[in-house]
Amino acid sequence: MIALLLRDLKLAFRAGGGFGLGLAFFLIVTVMVPFSVGPQSELLSRIAPGVLWLGALLACLLSLDRLLALDWEDGSLDLLATAPLPLESTVTIKALAHWITTGLPLVLAAPVLGVLLNLPLQGFQWLVVSLLLGTPALSVIGTFGAALTVGLKRGGLLMSLLVMPLYVPTLIFGSEVARRGAEGMAVQTPLLLLAGISAASIALLPFASAAVLRVNLR
Amino acid sequence: MSIWEYANPKKFLATSEKVMPALWVSSAVLITVGLVWGFFFTPDDYRQGSTVKIIFLHVPSALMAINAWFMMLVASLVWVIRRHHVSALAARAAAPVGVIMTVIALITGAIWGQPMWGTWWAWDPRLTSFLVLFLFYLGYIALWEAIDNPDTAADLTSILCLVGSVFAVLSRYAVNFWNQGLHQGASLSLDEKENVHDAFSSPLYVCMAGFVLLFLALVLYRTGTEIRARRIKALMARERLEA
Repeated sequence: MIALLLRDLKLAFRAGGGFGLGLAFFLIVTVMVPFSVGPQSELLSRIAPGVLWLGALLACLLSLDRLLALDWEDGSLDLLATAPLPLESTVTIKALAHWITTGLPLVLAAPVLGVLLNLPLQGFQWLVVSLLLGTPALSVIGTFGAALTVGLKRGGLLMSLLVMPLYVPTLIFGSEVARRGAEGMAVQTPLLLLAGISAASIALLPFASAAVLRVNLR
Repeated sequence: MSIWEYANPKKFLATSEKVMPALWVSSAVLITVGLVWGFFFTPDDYRQGSTVKIIFLHVPSALMAINAWFMMLVASLVWVIRRHHVSALAARAAAPVGVIMTVIALITGAIWGQPMWGTWWAWDPRLTSFLVLFLFYLGYIALWEAIDNPDTAADLTSILCLVGSVFAVLSRYAVNFWNQGLHQGASLSLDEKENVHDAFSSPLYVCMAGFVLLFLALVLYRTGTEIRARRIKALMARERLEA
């Protein structure tokens, strides 16, 4: 399992792996927002938590089609499926690698972008906490979407259509935590619900992803 | 005699053809009676005026929008567990009907909301979760259309339907948390004091029964079409082999 994780990480970090693209996308989306809604700092600081969450979600979504498609094309996915490691663990590792290369950098970059959007000071810690709790769910749900569309040519658009509705609860609770944190309100309830969604997704969705992948590899 | 006999496409087609005329006629009669009764023989509401009568379209279509998804869930489970092709095709056949019902519910709701709430659309929990349901339907249909191999498509869409149901329910309660509603609560439950008045509820029940039967007839009809399409494909493939 660790070997597989290291392999995926290496592939992502080396040239052509697209590491950092998600981060750059997150940056560019955040920079575009003031151009579209205007530079008033009061308005920006009010919408900052939501915009940062949406940007992180889109960056996650954009990097998903590389998650399984490359392994599918060169046939290594077939090898992984016949390996002694259960397919459930394989997809979990894939999701973990996706989170380390996409989710974690987003979490670390979010405070910097928060400065750009004039996020209130007390909002920073809750923004980071909510993203830290929420992005694993985004990766796992995204892996399910990637597994559904892996065999399709031009599956990227379809995958967005399939994955976006599944992201709704995570987005709601995640940006609610960030918003309440920024406004200095109590965050415990949405925080617990967000953590619950993440935990349940990580525990259950790999089984669905593996089942879907088996169908696609048939 | 068990229900699984209808997993045989031939038996399914024979029986559904016998049942369908009755379903078409009774649903047409019920919807006509319900709508005419509702539109012309009920009093105007003392505050809403005659706009209240859109309830006779709005509630039954919303009811079927949710139950169509529920039927797809059951049919998907049957396909995953017992692998009866008719069940997978029934799930496929129900999806476009469900999405149309969702659209009718959303549009009639908007038409009703404009004079009552002063807005076509509000990010109210019920409205929002219906919009999310609409997106789920779109994704489900798009996945069916995208895959060539019918068995692969049936497998993938049924798993999507199972996972999607969990997330649809999650979203339903998540949006409750996220915004307070304009939409009224349930007005037809058994123990509620604020139920809609009998003058409205009786034709409403007639309309709902009509919509249920209409949905059944449409799904049976469309499933039959899917079975025949599949059969034509098989015959053409065999012809190509022999030629």
